[in-house]
Amino acid sequence: MRHHVVLRVVAKLLIPMIMLFGLYVQFHGDYGPGGGFQAGVIFAAAIILYAIVFGLESARRVVRPAILRVLVPLGVLIYGGVGVANILLGGNYLDYSVLAHDSAHGQHVGILLVELGVGITVSSVMILIFFTFAGRGR
Amino acid sequence: MVVTAVAVVRQRDLFAAVMLTGIFSLLSAGLFVDWDAVDVAFTEASVGAGIVTVLMLGTLALTAPTEKKAVHSRILPLVVVTLTGAALIYGTLDMPLYGDPEAPINRHVVPRYLNESLEETNVPNVVAAVLASYRGYDTLGETTVIFTAGIGVLLLLGGRRRNKGGGRK
Repeated sequence: MRHHVVLRVVAKLLIPMIMLFGLYVQFHGDYGPGGGFQAGVIFAAAIILYAIVFGLESARRVVRPAILRVLVPLGVLIYGGVGVANILLGGNYLDYSVLAHDSAHGQHVGILLVELGVGITVSSVMILIFFTFAGRGR
Repeated sequence: MVVTAVAVVRQRDLFAAVMLTGIFSLLSAGLFVDWDAVDVAFTEASVGAGIVTVLMLGTLALTAPTEKKAVHSRILPLVVVTLTGAALIYGTLDMPLYGDPEAPINRHVVPRYLNESLEETNVPNVVAAVLASYRGYDTLGETTVIFTAGIGVLLLLGGRRRNKGGGRK
């Protein structure tokens, strides 16, 4: 789709906004609707749009599959790691109360970290799956 | 939604069927908004109508664009589907009315979630508090499922093709 000027210009305008919205959903998920899962999918959609309009190869140069393969387990490790950190700090697994001085504040921090882990895994898995599907046809 | 569902089944052109599934997802997202389940609607719109449609189109690009003619008889699948559907509808007869305050789901842990999650977790969005904190194990499991699914797809499709000359391409 390299010759579609309208598509390219509109995509260039849209992609930063989609990414910004994804980050908003990620970090605002504890105040409004949303969370790591939705944010990851929205963020992946931005990359997938880029790949569709500007070609798979340029998208692969921007988001390298090798980095994605590291990010996929990293998200799960962040999630599980938060749980282990709770045990080390003297709490129960995935009981975030011990993460900060104040129990409620600790819960808040834990939820944010855990959602970050979910978001990282979901978005990198979605992008990787799309790359593999799209890359196989040629 | 019923119209789109029937259209998906009747459609032989798979491209149109994928598009109709996307429309179906978007309609159900609207339905969830109407039921005040904004988080679920959000997920349905982004995953069901967005990513899944794109992935289906990607699959279509790898396979044939039209459905093959059915080889086997259609009677047995029809009977199975009808029986399952009837059993499911029979199961809903016992369920409490939607939004009934006396329903078991609204009396067990939900009041605690609704009344105390703000003090206990400092997070105003109850859905996020329940998902990530009270039901943290479930969400960890879901994340692991996605992780496993991603690895599975990568192993099946993305492996480096070592035998480029012979065998499968």
